[in-house]
Amino acid sequence: MCASPYYRLQIMMCAGTGCIASGSLDVRQAFERELTKRNLQNEVQIVMTGCNGFCAMGPLVVVYPDGVFYNQVKPEHVPLIVEEHILKGRVLEKLLFKDEKAKGRVPLMKDIGFFGLQRLIVLRNRGLIDAENIDEYIARDGYAGLAKALTEMTPEQVIEEVKTSGLRGRGGGGFPTGLKWEECRRYDNFPKYTICNGDEGDPGAFMDRSVMEGDPHSVLEGMAISGYGIGAEQGYIYVRAEYPLAIQRLQKAIEDARSYGLLGRNILGKGFDFDIAIAPGAGAFVCGESTALMYSIEGRRGMPRIKPPRSAEAGLWNQPTNLNNVETFANLNPIILNGGEWFASIGTENSKGTKVFALTGAVTNVGLVEVPMGTTLSSLIFDIGGGIPKKRKFKAAQIGGPSGGCIPLGMEDVEIDYESLQGVGAMMGSGGVVVMDEMTCMVDTARFFTNFSVDESCGKCTPCREGLKVMFDKLTDIVEGRGQEGDVEFLIELGHHINNTSHCGLGKSAANPVLSTIRYFRDEYDAHIRDKHCPALVCPDLIDFEVIEEKCKMCGMCFKNCPSNAIVWEKKKVAWIDKSKCTRCRTCIMNCKFGAIR
Amino acid sequence: MPRISIEDLKKIKEEQKGKMVLRGGSHRAKVTVHMGTCGIAAGAREVMNVFRELIAEKGIQDVILTNSGCAGLCAKEPMITVEVVDLAPVKYVQVDKEKARKIFEEHVLGGRVLEDYALAIGSETMAV
Repeated sequence: MCASPYYRLQIMMCAGTGCIASGSLDVRQAFERELTKRNLQNEVQIVMTGCNGFCAMGPLVVVYPDGVFYNQVKPEHVPLIVEEHILKGRVLEKLLFKDEKAKGRVPLMKDIGFFGLQRLIVLRNRGLIDAENIDEYIARDGYAGLAKALTEMTPEQVIEEVKTSGLRGRGGGGFPTGLKWEECRRYDNFPKYTICNGDEGDPGAFMDRSVMEGDPHSVLEGMAISGYGIGAEQGYIYVRAEYPLAIQRLQKAIEDARSYGLLGRNILGKGFDFDIAIAPGAGAFVCGESTALMYSIEGRRGMPRIKPPRSAEAGLWNQPTNLNNVETFANLNPIILNGGEWFASIGTENSKGTKVFALTGAVTNVGLVEVPMGTTLSSLIFDIGGGIPKKRKFKAAQIGGPSGGCIPLGMEDVEIDYESLQGVGAMMGSGGVVVMDEMTCMVDTARFFTNFSVDESCGKCTPCREGLKVMFDKLTDIVEGRGQEGDVEFLIELGHHINNTSHCGLGKSAANPVLSTIRYFRDEYDAHIRDKHCPALVCPDLIDFEVIEEKCKMCGMCFKNCPSNAIVWEKKKVAWIDKSKCTRCRTCIMNCKFGAIR
Repeated sequence: MPRISIEDLKKIKEEQKGKMVLRGGSHRAKVTVHMGTCGIAAGAREVMNVFRELIAEKGIQDVILTNSGCAGLCAKEPMITVEVVDLAPVKYVQVDKEKARKIFEEHVLGGRVLEDYALAIGSETMAV
């Protein structure tokens, strides 16, 4: 009989954090049980992959060789999939992805707009390899970039190649990676270090987590290449302790790479020594800042320090140190293998390659996407993201997390690159995109991000520590109806002060959410302050809780859903809200389809 | 696991190729066994097993074996479709273990159509 089992079919199951949360491990068990029951365990292989990106539709299952894409698979669907698809070759219609635009079910992964419009460099292996199997990474040209660098290139040539590629830091700053390396190489103090910044802290951002979980070796390989380039023998991955799966998979990857001799002494027999350790962080946002991060690794309190000296000269333990983001490292294998010019051919004039974005908020296809630089924001939200759910209208997109800004309706054609985004008052940031619809109050949003920055301020500089708190209190006054004429001007002035006089990147950009929402949504601030009314009906103190008679269709949905019986309604009569009973919970507003409550 | 050299890297890549071909790599041929209820009743499972064994035995990495539903001609099951890259697809009817072995040798690996076993060359046109 068979020498070794020949798997004619592979079931790729997403084992990213998103799909695990929606139950992919139970589905896996169900598959194992069902395959054994039908004696197919030597014919069909189950592969657990990293995040596939389409988190909104999880748990995801892709069946190869056909590439049939099933979404929202539950354990109870499994017997049917095995019987119909695996045994009889019939695709199971009801679990296919339903495309709202095409009004039909789409069986093949490549035909789904969400996947079809992406260009994968960083996420090249997503959904295609078992994240915990080093051989599968190698099969997809893994470590071939490192091998090429060690055999065919000098460290200087490696740096030159990265400079040619035009790769810029993917953590948000956008500093050219090649220049950073070159500077670090110039100093001859030894030891030197290269650090991977996996301290992803922006609300709604999960790009780095997915890369570390789904393709950990691509990060290790990038770090080894950078170590060779700058002349470092030790690397650290700084990853927050809130990412246990990422830590676990990175740890396994490091051990596997060591046992293959791809980390450690005399790598691939080429005389290059390099090893990596994981440094778990406690989750302080400020530790994503380079100098604070290095203090944290040293075991000291994570607070930014004054530069110069720059980290390249005196970083970790005062030694020359290079720090890059997870995504930056994941770009290096393809750059070395295909050449810097290939990479530079993708993207715009000043921003090369691709960028990974985490799409969240009011968007149909919540998930992880990778697009070439220069893609428009509208294409990202509407073509890939599938637009705004519940037939609502797009209002704004918040890009760059608490340091970024909002891009409003009417400017969604802005191209995504470092300079264009800065031009409209946002920033690339690490890649979190929070989409907001018309039911979002911009003052409340600004208050949310300011609150985040208040919590995360390290306290070193007064403008950031005290100024943000004052800003937050002022915003609270506005959303609770105590706003006064002149508050907006005060916020603008205070915002500029905070941005201009803080020391680190966090403080320098902490007022951006407030400044950018004032810039584009001044009328909403004015409505809160002058009319004491929240136009988006979000701030409970600024809602009248009155029924607009002309708009009321007398359907009774408000009456049926009100938890405190505050609504008086009879069939064919306009509803009326009894304010003595109303608790301002907004349930009626959420349930009114006609916008008849103000 | 032993320390590896650059040659080993290539070797591992080669060994893993079969797995990767399934996930959208390039393949040289695809064999589809029609496995509706009729096909299974007529012995399609045995035919499928023959192909699996042959592929494993010879360590072939770039042939895809898959199944699909009833091809419509239940009287002539088990049926298979062989698609060698750059050649027209061929449907074989009433395949048994012996025929399956021959088809694999001659057509899948050799590229020579076995006309005696074939029903038709080319695929059905679809009404749109």
